Amino acid sequence: MSPLLAAQGLGLRFGTVIALDDVAVEIWPGEVVAIVGESGSGKTTLLRVLSGMMPPQAGRVLYRDPEGGQHSLFDMPEIALRRLHRSDWGFVYQNPRDGLRLGISAGGNIGERLMAAGHRNYGHIRAIAAEWLARVEIDPGRIDTLPRNFSGGMQQRLQIARTLVTSPRLVFMDEPTGGLDVSVQARLLDMIRGLVAELDLAVLLVTHDISAARLLAHRIVVMQQGRVVEAGLTDRVLDDPQHPYTQLLTTSVLSA
Amino acid sequence: MTWALRTEHLDKSFVMHLQGGARMPVLAAVELEVRPGECVALAGVSGAGKSTLLRCLYGNYGASGGRILLRHADDTVDLATADARLVRAIRRRTLGYVSQFLRVIPRVPTLDIVAEPMRAMGLGADAARQRAAALLLRLNMPAHLHSLPPATFSGGEQQRVNLARGFAPEFPVLLLDEPTASLDAANRDVVVALIGEAKRRGTAIVGVFHDTEVRDRVADRLFAVAAMDRTPCVT
Repeated sequence: MSPLLAAQGLGLRFGTVIALDDVAVEIWPGEVVAIVGESGSGKTTLLRVLSGMMPPQAGRVLYRDPEGGQHSLFDMPEIALRRLHRSDWGFVYQNPRDGLRLGISAGGNIGERLMAAGHRNYGHIRAIAAEWLARVEIDPGRIDTLPRNFSGGMQQRLQIARTLVTSPRLVFMDEPTGGLDVSVQARLLDMIRGLVAELDLAVLLVTHDISAARLLAHRIVVMQQGRVVEAGLTDRVLDDPQHPYTQLLTTSVLSA
Repeated sequence: MTWALRTEHLDKSFVMHLQGGARMPVLAAVELEVRPGECVALAGVSGAGKSTLLRCLYGNYGASGGRILLRHADDTVDLATADARLVRAIRRRTLGYVSQFLRVIPRVPTLDIVAEPMRAMGLGADAARQRAAALLLRLNMPAHLHSLPPATFSGGEQQRVNLARGFAPEFPVLLLDEPTASLDAANRDVVVALIGEAKRRGTAIVGVFHDTEVRDRVADRLFAVAAMDRTPCVT
């Protein structure tokens, strides 16, 4: 077995600000990895680089396709990268408006991604969309409703359905519970947790919520000022943190 | 090679960076060996480091020095240096841990919480749920509770969920942290029986038991954890 994604020596600066400094990350099949750190630590930049949205100034990212072929992400033709985002990968944005099309129906949002993946039979697409609405706990009777009429939590669940419907192997998530009420967050986290285990997904999750990381992640990567300061098994990093910054982070949280 | 779990010169200290980098030693040169079918009870005064040792043996705390050897998948592995993915694999197949308190996962029914480690081991969903239900019933958790998430359960009920989750997969090595602390006499007897059955299957068990009556019924021997001078020293 080999990693789905492996990055080495990543470096990136914005002017004088160091966003990534010699960062290495791997993600293996079926593994949930949380990148934690405060705002400005570089965690969202890292997610954008690893998902091919932003090229680094140094280092490389290797992607392994389902047939076992290795590809250097930023040497791939743009069309291949876009295809990757529609098939083997998924991306869940913090703001569901960035991942959904608010002007087409809930069912259409799910169906669109299926069509992009090559599905053509309308009845079949509609049936799969209804099934996925139920899986993310949205009444399938609302299949023709426009998502702009959904609550924030429902929009986020719809975005997750739209992302997972094509059975990606690797899903990137950027603060998927950010901006939601605490009660809605717990339900969403729990739903993500169930789907990830059921579908055996690999997930790269960026969050500043230590409790969310504890609940979802097998491994944690702690970032500070563009560097990975600590990484390892989730419960060990949180219960026996070694780096001063991780100790500060874990003691600043109420019962994480 | 007759042991299932063995530590060699295991050290553990905590470096507290928020207290000026003070180092607090807790374990030094621990040499523990546990055979299949043997139950070893950790003994020592409160604060001696019994729970710390147990957490090191699970990989929850990282060892500061020494080795923690385990038989895992026909191989010998060192938990002290294993990477996160290997630790996960070891916990899936070889190493179980019953903590004192259940870390509740919101909204997941009790039956699924107990079945989950068996599913991770590769057992089918129905078989895992059947075994989970049988063990919960044995621990006097009636069937109508199995479909509820344990968040609202009493401490004793949550502990029994934890025990079912830990015993059901029949791990070759099992770590028990005060497994009977919140239980009544009838349920303590069930736990004593479960430990006895696990030993007969060849499970190697390390436990912390404050209840000396339970300890004397299950333990083959005591292992003394010596309290260290924990005066933090700034280096």
